[in-house]
Amino acid sequence: MARVIGLVAYHVFKESVRDKVLYNLVLFAILLIAASYLIGQMTAGQDVKIIKDLGLAASSVFGLFMAVFIGVGLVWKEVDRRSVYNLLVKPIRRHEFIIGKFLGLAGTLLVNLAVMAAALYVVLALMAWRQPALVKASVDAPVLDSGLLVAFFLLYVQLLVVTSVAICFSTFSSPMLSAAFTVGLYVVGHFNADLAHFEHVVDSPAAAWLAKALYYLLPNLAPFDVKMAVVHGQAVPALFVLFTAGYGVLYAAAMITLAALIFSRRDFK
Amino acid sequence: MVALETEHLTKDYAVGFWRPRPYRALDDLTLRIESNEVFGFLGPNGAGKTTTLKLLTQLIYPTSGRISIFGRSPGDPEVRRRIGFLPEAPYFYDYLTAEELLAYFGGLFGLRGQACRARAAQLLDRVGIGGERRLPLRKFSKGMLQRVGLAQAILNQPDIVFLDEPMSGLDPLGRRDVRALILELRDRGCTVFFSSHILSDAEALCSRVGIIVGGQLVTAGSLSDILAFDVSGWEIVVADLDPAVLDDFTGRVRRATRISDRRYALEAPAQTEPERLVADLRARGGRFISLNPIRSTLEDFFVQQVAARRAQSPAGRFMPEG
Repeated sequence: MARVIGLVAYHVFKESVRDKVLYNLVLFAILLIAASYLIGQMTAGQDVKIIKDLGLAASSVFGLFMAVFIGVGLVWKEVDRRSVYNLLVKPIRRHEFIIGKFLGLAGTLLVNLAVMAAALYVVLALMAWRQPALVKASVDAPVLDSGLLVAFFLLYVQLLVVTSVAICFSTFSSPMLSAAFTVGLYVVGHFNADLAHFEHVVDSPAAAWLAKALYYLLPNLAPFDVKMAVVHGQAVPALFVLFTAGYGVLYAAAMITLAALIFSRRDFK
Repeated sequence: MVALETEHLTKDYAVGFWRPRPYRALDDLTLRIESNEVFGFLGPNGAGKTTTLKLLTQLIYPTSGRISIFGRSPGDPEVRRRIGFLPEAPYFYDYLTAEELLAYFGGLFGLRGQACRARAAQLLDRVGIGGERRLPLRKFSKGMLQRVGLAQAILNQPDIVFLDEPMSGLDPLGRRDVRALILELRDRGCTVFFSSHILSDAEALCSRVGIIVGGQLVTAGSLSDILAFDVSGWEIVVADLDPAVLDDFTGRVRRATRISDRRYALEAPAQTEPERLVADLRARGGRFISLNPIRSTLEDFFVQQVAARRAQSPAGRFMPEG
């Protein structure tokens, strides 16, 4: 089973590498470096913070693009082009196919985020090298802060959740719709916490109950965003990171299970 | 030994978005195919051939009925190891080469490393893919994709192969290769189940055929047993024949068509001994060109069957509601 899943995952990775996604990333890294140079010229004293903020925000946007746009096509494309007909008659179970697709994209995202993180650290290293010792001593966080890695880690887990949602939609819906649904859920996910306290806003118990149900059903993505804390040098508690990551992994697992269930019952007309 | 058995296999699709109506794609198919048989599944477009093959490979699930392949369910992993499938107009991954595709699929069958590469190379040689095997599959023509499709269908040395329109998209050379491949599979002990709408393919290959029209199996048996394909007459083409001589053959020839000056196509009834007629024509100065049996073609048979079905149920294959 693990071998079959590994094979599917490896080929998802191979496909994305040959799909020139990585070239876009190189472009992104170059843009980031160029932008940081310009910003370094324009700001007084805040350049490192801005670069960190910009770098993390850009990574999260590009990561989201990848998770959504690769994710929604992964399963749908195989069904639409009928390549799945050749594959699924081999000794592979349908849930193994879905898990393999998910893990393949998870691997692709990991490599891409690592490249983005490396690019950000390179720019920051250049800044640190040019910075006088006195300035270094007076900032909130060191330039080459390992806290950035925590932010990247939680961003990665968040992208796993997004990927699982995208794959789940792509088992029964077209890429356009799946992308719209997934991005919609991503946006909703960031404001999800408001739903938990909806009873303070409305009088109707039914509406409050519905909001509560949605709160548990929809992904809660706000905790994954620790950009602000990291940029300002505030510590992110290890327990918080652990719980948030655990929640993300469980949510993704639930979505992939749902995707596998839908896909296993599907007729390929 | 029975390789494949279906009992009352039926598949309905829901057609329509707001008020879906059940459409019967396959109706009560009961078939039994012995091991090492080459079975041709014939029918016009939309008859239910592809639906049947998808049911047999569990790409779709039956509405009712039962399938057994080597005594097991088609979804059984043990069955998956023993079957091969070529879908109609196969399509593969754009980003892989033919070599990489076979290595991928070989991996699913547990083949690894050198053994897997060797098997892939051997198969690509067998289906006639040469230096192109290192090109991405998106650059392949329809015929070449068909060949790659055949290679992947027999990758695991299957005990039964399902081929959906294996000759489509192939030039005459390719068709000949596929025929040779099917016979080779049979000689190796493999059971072959293929669908086609071309009678000559079936005649050249099949021990038995099944004919499906409008989702229903019309007949199954050996081609010669199927009365519809009996010889209904003989067509003889002769040249250099004096038109006056033709009158002497009035009783023996039911129709004579002039092709060009002194060249005629003669149609004789089925009970005629064609050798004697040819000899007599030559004796009267005619030059013999060709002799062909006249059969009702598969196309004729389809047309008849389709017309009969339409007369039977004007609502087509939509099922009554309620």
